[in-house]
Amino acid sequence: MAMALKLLKQLRGPSTTTSTILYRNLRPRFSNLRSAIRLFSDAPLSEPLTTPPHQNPHSPSPSSLNQYELAKFAAIAETWWDSEGPFKPLHQLNPTRLAFIRSTLCRHFGRDPLSPRPFEGLKFVDVGCGGGIVSEPLARLGATVMGVDAVEKNIKIARLHADLDPLTSTIEYRCTTAEKLVEEQKNFDAVFALEVIEHVADPAEFCKSLAALTVPGGATVISTINRSMRAYATAIVAAEYLLHWLPKGTHQWSSFLTPEELALILERASISVQEMAGFVYNPLTGRWSLSDDVNVNFIAYATKIKTANL
Amino acid sequence: MNSLIIRRKLAEHISRLKFPQRTLCTDAAPKVSSSHSVQSSNDHVGQQSFRNEVHPYDIAIVGGGMVGMALACSLARMPLTKHLKVAIIDSNPALSKRLCIKKEDPPDPRVSTVTPATISLFKDIGAWKYVEQHRHAYFDQMQVWDYTGLGYTKYNARDVHKDTLGCVVENKVLHSSLLSCIQDTDFQKTIYTSRLSSMTLQPRNLSMGVDSTSSGLNERGNLAKLHLSDGNSLYAKLVVGADGSKSRVRELAGFKTTGWNYSQNAIICTVEHSVENRCAWQRFLPAGPIALLPIGDNFSNIVWTMNPKEATDRKSLAEDDFVKDVNYALDYGFGPHPKSSTLGSGGIFSWFKTDVNLSPDECFKVPPKVVKLASERMVFPLSLMHVNDYASKHVVLIGDAAHTVHPLAGQGVNLGFGDAFALSRIISEGIAVGTDIAEVLLLKKYEAERKSANVTMMAILDGFQKAYSVDFGPLNILRAAAFNGARYIPPLKRSIISYASGDQRFPIFS
Repeated sequence: MAMALKLLKQLRGPSTTTSTILYRNLRPRFSNLRSAIRLFSDAPLSEPLTTPPHQNPHSPSPSSLNQYELAKFAAIAETWWDSEGPFKPLHQLNPTRLAFIRSTLCRHFGRDPLSPRPFEGLKFVDVGCGGGIVSEPLARLGATVMGVDAVEKNIKIARLHADLDPLTSTIEYRCTTAEKLVEEQKNFDAVFALEVIEHVADPAEFCKSLAALTVPGGATVISTINRSMRAYATAIVAAEYLLHWLPKGTHQWSSFLTPEELALILERASISVQEMAGFVYNPLTGRWSLSDDVNVNFIAYATKIKTANL
Repeated sequence: MNSLIIRRKLAEHISRLKFPQRTLCTDAAPKVSSSHSVQSSNDHVGQQSFRNEVHPYDIAIVGGGMVGMALACSLARMPLTKHLKVAIIDSNPALSKRLCIKKEDPPDPRVSTVTPATISLFKDIGAWKYVEQHRHAYFDQMQVWDYTGLGYTKYNARDVHKDTLGCVVENKVLHSSLLSCIQDTDFQKTIYTSRLSSMTLQPRNLSMGVDSTSSGLNERGNLAKLHLSDGNSLYAKLVVGADGSKSRVRELAGFKTTGWNYSQNAIICTVEHSVENRCAWQRFLPAGPIALLPIGDNFSNIVWTMNPKEATDRKSLAEDDFVKDVNYALDYGFGPHPKSSTLGSGGIFSWFKTDVNLSPDECFKVPPKVVKLASERMVFPLSLMHVNDYASKHVVLIGDAAHTVHPLAGQGVNLGFGDAFALSRIISEGIAVGTDIAEVLLLKKYEAERKSANVTMMAILDGFQKAYSVDFGPLNILRAAAFNGARYIPPLKRSIISYASGDQRFPIFS
């Protein structure tokens, strides 16, 4: 972690330099096909604010998802909560992600780390909530949670599942996108986008939306996959093709962001990364743990600069 | 650095009691009528069971024995779990009273040898101080030998730089210490003095409900319903089976087991010596081991394994004759004493001698004579059983419900305590990250952790049992060699001791 931070500090220095090159290879590929199986998230389709007029603004599901893909996704959506199903890796990763969130946000909000509900009274939004596998734990930890997802089926599943437990039935699920929430001028103490940004069309715009949703002094937490050779080997070759953990085509390597790129994008959106950690999988125990190694999966905790008025 | 702490006291405390109104109808009548049988502490009295319908329990512990109470106690002591609502179901009425154990009473024959690892767990939760107020006996030496006279070995706490090898405590003392410890806290527990008669585990099948209205699905979808023999029923997120080797929870949840009977019984009783006993003794006889464990004052406990017929005979034997049998079995019965003066049989291990300083304590000794029987004799059949899975959705097994072992080294209850403390720790870790405590992935973590520990110990004990159940010349010599090996190879000996005292891994392999 120390190393990652050092790196980030070095990077933050010249952050004023234009970084358009970074996105060179991110943008063009994001054609219709790719956005398809938004597995791990709902891909809050950042059809940014320039939504084409022919799109019905009231329709919750954006038109860029074709019907065939929607049906395909809906079939998997039902297995969101099957811990042995297609989302198994995400279920396994979940406690580790939440351990990072708990420790960083307890510090950020000055909460008692020994409290069973440390986030009591805080307003969180989980962008790209999918079936709600992050929203529910956050609600159990006391937060008032809104979960948003662009795929209506995900929201249905999330709602049904959350209603099974009185502790999670307070979650407000909405089929919408981060951009629309910005239009509604919503804001939150903390904004989460976990395993989402690698599925969006325009990460920079997406981060701007996340920033706009975060109150000044609030926190933003983003996790994603690094664009490294090892990530290619593990997340795509191993997870999709060899182990069949994930359906083939879940991820496209070129749309991944490196930690440095993510930090730069966030910086431009007035969010500064405070801490970063990697997730490392131990194939023997089947567990994930936090580490300094941000080479494959990583998570970043950032704060919105207080003075910035957005 | 984050000086600005954002605190939004949100007025929208949307009533979290959406749940309640649903399902009160079914069993309400019998419940109210029998609600007097709900024994409770910490102000949960009387009408309670009606309210349980409204607020389901987080955890229902079926079986309030030593292991079940250790779990409750440990949950009550940890910051992240002490708020949990726990129900304890046990037909033993003593649970809801404060037990009072008189020191003058003769020791109960049901005793446990608790290992240093268990002792430190008890200290962590604050229960050990109550054990120390009652009769208990630490021992720092253990002598193991067999009837062939070919070998013996002596373990000393000093060899592993510990003060004791363990402590023998009556089960009722362990149990009441845990009860006292839990009564010190303001833990929300409710005790049902009843038995579990059936259990409904609703599977949550989400795919069914996606397009239908949510009404059918939401009803108690993630709760287990427990029906008790007195007509009460309750809901809980997680059911813990701590109900012993004949676990009803295990049966109702359909867990499969593997195991076998040893076709051996154990006679258990308390005996008195004329002097105080400070050592644990175990001698392997043709039909099985006899163990003499100190339990404080001049008392010792006997666990004597033999075939079922002998057990029945010895149980009905006149007291004097039984005492004679015991003394015979612990001394010259079935074979000679091992030679201690010549330090080992033959020379096969003699080359290790240079490294080893044998203290006078290392010499073979004869256990103190038994002068009197101090309790009734109880007979228990021995078996080995291990459940294939420890956990499924909503249900988890701990202690004897998950595994019963040969009582050889007094490990059974230690494995159970190990389970209880591991489960409470894993529940706490789950709560820390907002996990549903009934989540299979979480419970499987407990299973993975305890299964390896329990299976290793079971295999060792079973191996011992097998090695001693055959009286065959070459095998006897091998056994003796193993004994002498254990005696003369300090690392091996340390390994055996530290494993027997409850250190997690088998150190030889680590």
